[in-house]
Amino acid sequence: MKRILLLLAHPRLEDSQVNFQMIQSVKALDFVTIRDLYELYPDFDIDISAEKELLLQHDVIIWHHPIYWYSCPPLMKQWIDLVLQYGWAYGKGGEALKDKLIFNAVSAGGSKEVYQHNGRNRFTINEFLRPFEQTALLCKMIYLPPFVVHQSNIADAKYCSSFGEEYARLLKELSEGKQHHEALLQRSYLNIHQYEKAEL
Amino acid sequence: MSATFLQMAIVFLVAALIAVPLAKRLGLGSVLGYLIAGVVIGPSILGFIGEEGEDIMHASEFGVVMMLFLIGLELNPQSFWRMRKLIMGLGGAQVLFTTLLIFPIFYLLFRFSIQASLIVAISFALSSTAIVLQTLKEKGLSDSPAGKASFAVLLLQDIAVIPVLAIMPLLAPAASSGEAESSSVWSVLFSLGALGVLIVAGRFAVNPFLRLIAKTRMPELFTAAALFIVVGVAYLMYLAGISAALGAFVAGVLLANSEFRHELESDVEPFKGLLLGLFFTAVGSTINFNLIAENLLMISTIVALVIFIKSAVLLLLGYRFKLSFVQVSVFAVMLSQVGEFAFILLSGSSQLGIMDAYQSEICIAVTTITMAISPIMIFVNEKFIAPKVIGVDQAPEVPADTIEEKNKVIIAGFGHYGSTIGRFLRANGVPATILDYDSERVGFLRKMGFKVYFGDATKHELLIAAGAHDAKLLICALDSEEKSILLAELASKHLPHLKLFIRTKHRFHSYELMKNGQERTYRESLHSSVFMGVDVLHELGMRNYTATRKAQEFIKYDEQAMQRLVHHYGSGDQYIISAREEIELQERLLSEDVRFINNSEDNAWDSEEMRDAARKANEVK
Repeated sequence: MKRILLLLAHPRLEDSQVNFQMIQSVKALDFVTIRDLYELYPDFDIDISAEKELLLQHDVIIWHHPIYWYSCPPLMKQWIDLVLQYGWAYGKGGEALKDKLIFNAVSAGGSKEVYQHNGRNRFTINEFLRPFEQTALLCKMIYLPPFVVHQSNIADAKYCSSFGEEYARLLKELSEGKQHHEALLQRSYLNIHQYEKAEL
Repeated sequence: MSATFLQMAIVFLVAALIAVPLAKRLGLGSVLGYLIAGVVIGPSILGFIGEEGEDIMHASEFGVVMMLFLIGLELNPQSFWRMRKLIMGLGGAQVLFTTLLIFPIFYLLFRFSIQASLIVAISFALSSTAIVLQTLKEKGLSDSPAGKASFAVLLLQDIAVIPVLAIMPLLAPAASSGEAESSSVWSVLFSLGALGVLIVAGRFAVNPFLRLIAKTRMPELFTAAALFIVVGVAYLMYLAGISAALGAFVAGVLLANSEFRHELESDVEPFKGLLLGLFFTAVGSTINFNLIAENLLMISTIVALVIFIKSAVLLLLGYRFKLSFVQVSVFAVMLSQVGEFAFILLSGSSQLGIMDAYQSEICIAVTTITMAISPIMIFVNEKFIAPKVIGVDQAPEVPADTIEEKNKVIIAGFGHYGSTIGRFLRANGVPATILDYDSERVGFLRKMGFKVYFGDATKHELLIAAGAHDAKLLICALDSEEKSILLAELASKHLPHLKLFIRTKHRFHSYELMKNGQERTYRESLHSSVFMGVDVLHELGMRNYTATRKAQEFIKYDEQAMQRLVHHYGSGDQYIISAREEIELQERLLSEDVRFINNSEDNAWDSEEMRDAARKANEVK
C-alpha cells in the first residue's frame, strides 16, 4: 500500500467549493496525509525538516492548488524553493525523492476549450505546468499528468461532488497500485474520464 | 563675603561667556578664549581681579587632575600597556633632549645657578596637558597619530614630575638639605605604598562601592561618589607626595573597564570643563604686564628660544617615530608651550630658595606667554602651514587600534523590550552599545558578555561617551514615557545624524513623539495584541492565513489612522491629556475603524465578483 502526501496550497480554501469538496472526500482516507500549507505556515515560515521527513515517509506526492495567473499560489512556490534542497532532492547526492510519483491537482476558472492552442489562453494546462514537470524530473521523480477541475468558478454542488468522488477513487487506485504509472502517463489528465464522458 | 563671591563668579562667567564663543567662532579654540577673558578682567585692563587671580589659579588646577582621571578612564590597562614604547621612547627622549638644550640658555646666557637652571629647564620641557588635550579633543584629533604621540609625551611628562618634585629639596641650598635627604627616603616608600593602596582599591573596592551607590537610584549621589573618588585619590597622592594628576590618571585607568565608566565620565566631565576654564582664565588674569614691559627683551628672547627648541626637538622626534609631515607639524606645534606644572615647580623652587623671586617671576611670565601664544600657533599651523604642504585640509588619519569599540547602534534601556531587540540584533551579528540605569542588571549582563554601561541615557554627556558621534542609530527602549520623550528631544536637537527608533507605551505616547517630528515610533502593545487576535480568530474557526492577512492589514490601517488622528491630539503642548479628551480620541478611532471594515482590499482570490462574471459569461454561451 502506497502512502500519499497531499500538499495543499490554497489561500482561501474556505471560499473554494471545488477544492473544499475534493479535500473533504479524501481526508478520511488513512493512507493520505494532508498538509494544509496556508493553515500551517500563514507567515510563510516553512518548517523545512518536517516537510522533508514527510516526503520520505510517502510514495506519492500531490501538489494540490488552484491555478492563479497560470501558476500556483506563492506559498506552494515557497515550499518548492525551500524544501527541495540541493544535495537532498536534486544535484550531487540528491536522490531522496527518486522514483516517487508526483502530480499536480489543480482547479482552473477557465474551461478546457479556453486552455487550447486555439483558445483564449493559447496553451494547455499541461503546458502551463511544465515548470512543475521539470522540477519533478530534476528530482528523479515520476511526473504524472495533472488532475484538473475546469470552470471551478461556476461549480455547483453536484459538479463538486463528482470531482470529489473521482479524486478519492484515483487516490485509492494509486495507493493500491492498480494502475501502473506507464499507463497513467499516456493520459492528458489523470481524471480523463470526466471530460471524455462529457465529450462523448 | 558672599556678595564678593557672587560678584567674582559673575565676572568670571560673563567674561567666559563672551570671550569663549568669540574665540571659537574665529577658530582659535576655547583655551585662548579663556586666557583672553582672564587678561581682560585682570589687573592690566579692567582690574576686576587682583591678587586673588593666583589663588584661583591654584584652586582650579584641580581641573587638570580631573582631566587626567577622564583620560585614564578612556584608556584601559591593556591599551596603556600597548602604548608603553611610545610613552617611554618618545616621551622620555622629548623630556631629556629638551632639558639638555634649554639648560645652557639659563646657565650660560642668563647666569642662573646650576640648580636653578636645571629646574627651569625641566619645567620648560613639560607641556600643558590642559591646553593640548582640550585642543586635541575640540579639533577631533585625539585618535590621530599626532594625538596619540602627544598623549604619550604628556603622560611621560606627568610621570616625570614625580621624581623632580622628589629631588627638588635636595637641590635646595645647604641649610635645609640634611632634613630633606632623610625624609625623601621615607617619602619614596610612602609614595609606593600609596600607589599600592590606590591600585588595590581601584581594582577591588571601587566597583562594589559604586554598585551600592547606584542602588539608591539617586543620580546626585552618584555624582558625589564620582567626585569623592577623584578628590580622594588626589588627597591620597598629596599625602604621599605624588602628583595628584598622576594618581587620578592611574585611578582612571583602573576604572576603565568598569561598567560605571560612562557614568563616571559624564559626571566628572562638566566639573572638569568648568575648572579648566576657570584655570585658564586665572592664568590670563595673572599675566604681569608691568614685569613683561620692564624685561621685554629678556622675556621675548626666552619665549622665542624655548618655543624654538621645544618644536625642533619634537619635529625631529616625530620624524624619528615615523609620523607623516602633517602629523609632525601638528605634534610639534601642539606641544611647544610650557605647561601648568611649571607654575608648581617654579614657585616651589623659589620657596625652597633654589632661585630668587625675580627669576621665578620671569620664568612664570614666560610660561604664561607660551600658553597664550600656543593656541594662535596651532591655529596658524592648521590654517596656513599644514594645508600648504599637503594641498588640502587632511582629515585625521584613522588609527590602527582604536581604544574604543565603535558600535553603530546604541540601545537606551535594556529591560524586557530593549533586551529583546538587543538579543535579536546580536543574533544577527549587530553589536550594540547598551545604556541602562539598573546597576544589578548591568552587572549581570556584562557577565553574559553584553557591552552594557550604567547611566542615565537622557544625559547628553553619557550619549557622547557611549559613542553617539560615531553611531548610526539610537534605539530608545526606555520604560519611562517622560524619559523617552526627553531623550528623543535631546537626540534630535544635539545629535541630528542619529536615526531614532523609539519604543512607545501606547498611542498617546506615540502621538506626543510624532508631534515632535519623530517618524519611527513603535507601540509595544500593537503587534502583540493584534497577533493574539489572530490566534483568537483561528481558534474560532477562521483560517490561519486569512487571520494573519487581516492582522497585517489591520496594523497597516492602524498606523495610517495614527497619522490622520495625530492632528486631533493635544491642542496645547502638555503631554498629559484629560480623560475626556482620551475618550474623544477613542471615539474617533472607533468610527475610523468603519473605513477598515468597508475597505478591505483583500479580495484577490475567488471573489464573488469574479464568480458572478463567470456565471454570466457561461449563461450567454
